[in-house]
Amino acid sequence: MLAAERLVRDCGGEPSFAAAFATALLDPRSETPTVVTGPNEKAAVRRYNVYRNNVTVSLIDALAAVFPATQRLTGVEFFRAMARFHVRAAPPTSPLLFEYGGDFPEFIATYEWARSTPWLADVARVERAWLDAYHAADLGTLTPEALAAFPSDGLADAVFVPHPATRIVSSGFAAVSIFVANRTEDPVGSIDATTPEDALITRPGLDVVVRRLPPGGAMFLKRLVSGETLAAAAAAAFEASASFDLSANIAGIVEAGAFTAIQHGDR
Amino acid sequence: MNAVTKFTEFHAGTRLCLPAHPITGLAGASFKHEHLAAILSEGRQDIFLEVHAENYMGAGGRPHLALETIRRDFPVSLHGVCMSLGGPQPIDEAHLERFRGLVERYEPALVSEHLAWSTHQGAYFNDLLPLPYTEATLVRVGAHIQQMQDAIGRRILLENPSSYLVFRESTMSETDFLRELARRTGCGLLLDVNNVFVSATNLGRSALDYLSDFPIERVGEIHLAGHAEQSDEEGDRLLIDSHDGPVADAVWKLFEIVVERCGPIPTLVEWDSKIPEWAVLKAESAAARAILDRHAIGPMSGKVHASR
Repeated sequence: MLAAERLVRDCGGEPSFAAAFATALLDPRSETPTVVTGPNEKAAVRRYNVYRNNVTVSLIDALAAVFPATQRLTGVEFFRAMARFHVRAAPPTSPLLFEYGGDFPEFIATYEWARSTPWLADVARVERAWLDAYHAADLGTLTPEALAAFPSDGLADAVFVPHPATRIVSSGFAAVSIFVANRTEDPVGSIDATTPEDALITRPGLDVVVRRLPPGGAMFLKRLVSGETLAAAAAAAFEASASFDLSANIAGIVEAGAFTAIQHGDR
Repeated sequence: MNAVTKFTEFHAGTRLCLPAHPITGLAGASFKHEHLAAILSEGRQDIFLEVHAENYMGAGGRPHLALETIRRDFPVSLHGVCMSLGGPQPIDEAHLERFRGLVERYEPALVSEHLAWSTHQGAYFNDLLPLPYTEATLVRVGAHIQQMQDAIGRRILLENPSSYLVFRESTMSETDFLRELARRTGCGLLLDVNNVFVSATNLGRSALDYLSDFPIERVGEIHLAGHAEQSDEEGDRLLIDSHDGPVADAVWKLFEIVVERCGPIPTLVEWDSKIPEWAVLKAESAAARAILDRHAIGPMSGKVHASR
């Protein structure tokens, strides 16, 4: 009984049956809580392990559902071992499991056994962004007509309202090509993983679309999403890449549905 | 007036924006997205569909389109999995607000949650965790149910758990605990017959005794599901509420006993993992419906037709 009481108080909160029960759920080294028992004083170890197993396995399953391409790249066994570490260290903080795994890419980046595949974390970032976009609010996108109707003398100071699905992932690796090739069961052709690729993730209708951005495109979009004016975003993009093509990028973000509206900036 | 009509009605004065498909006497199945095309291709069917509320708590996209689509043609039961009503911590207000929004938007025929908890100190465990049955937990859980019912503006059905162990500090039986919760809060009950069988086996008790003690007049929905079999340290059967296979014969027998007693209560076959083709779920649901139909005239006359 003493050990259990210590655990309960270690939680820092009000001592409760839930604190006593929860402490060992994600910690395989902790003993079965003594607040529970089998019927007629039968042992409770295997019985408590049913809950342990449900919690751990279902949370690993949740990560596998969010990161299918990542799992295909690592193989199921490797993925589940890696996910188990993460589940134990960082269980979800929300009951909405489709939001789980926001910090899993960061975990992968520091995961010792994944060092031979340094693009893995970025592929996971694209997958996490894909699911954000999948569940994002249903909103219309900026139309070419609305853009054309915007007064040309105000364009430099215009700002764009980001669509709730829009995400940008910059990678020093071929994260988009690897993501696309591994989201299906089809055989993967040869990909040069070291070619840097930036991803734009949008959902103009019901289907999520992942695109590769042209040089300077990620900088341009990130600045626009953060609320900077068209002129400021373009300047930053040119600085990032001398080959940045402004008109092609504007046409590209309209086609992708990355924004819902164009507005006059504050200045 | 029996339990069926008592707990499936909409609140008087509610103006429906969606069709009020009656659920009385129907059987149904868990709704899974991969079955959407198969379900729609068969057109209108005399079934209801149950969804896990949390899967529809995103802002938009395909999940809501799917739920809107099935809600137009079928009665829908909204089944909450993680309100954590049974825990000592306060209800997550943001989660409750999301749940309220779903009830308002989709006007489900049934709304249910579990006698369990899943969140503690900020961690969400994604499992239905057990609680001791004491006067203190009774007060706390009752307050949580009341809070949920007040927020969504209607009664909920509370589901009996599947048990693997017991708390030493428990002072009440589960059936007394549920009866008292229903009396204090006015909530209805969701009787999961598979859970009854799993718990009785795991705790060395009689499922029939549990059903005799169960406040059956409060039941507004029945759940059936498959379970898996393991063993405990002493080699005794330890059943796992796995929802990954067909309903066991013993559970069908208990179900028939319940329906004989209380009439054709809406009955759902749950299947949440190793999900088969829609035809398999549909057949399980039809098997439940056949039993309901045998007892459709009423609890008394139903007994006359009960022999198989």
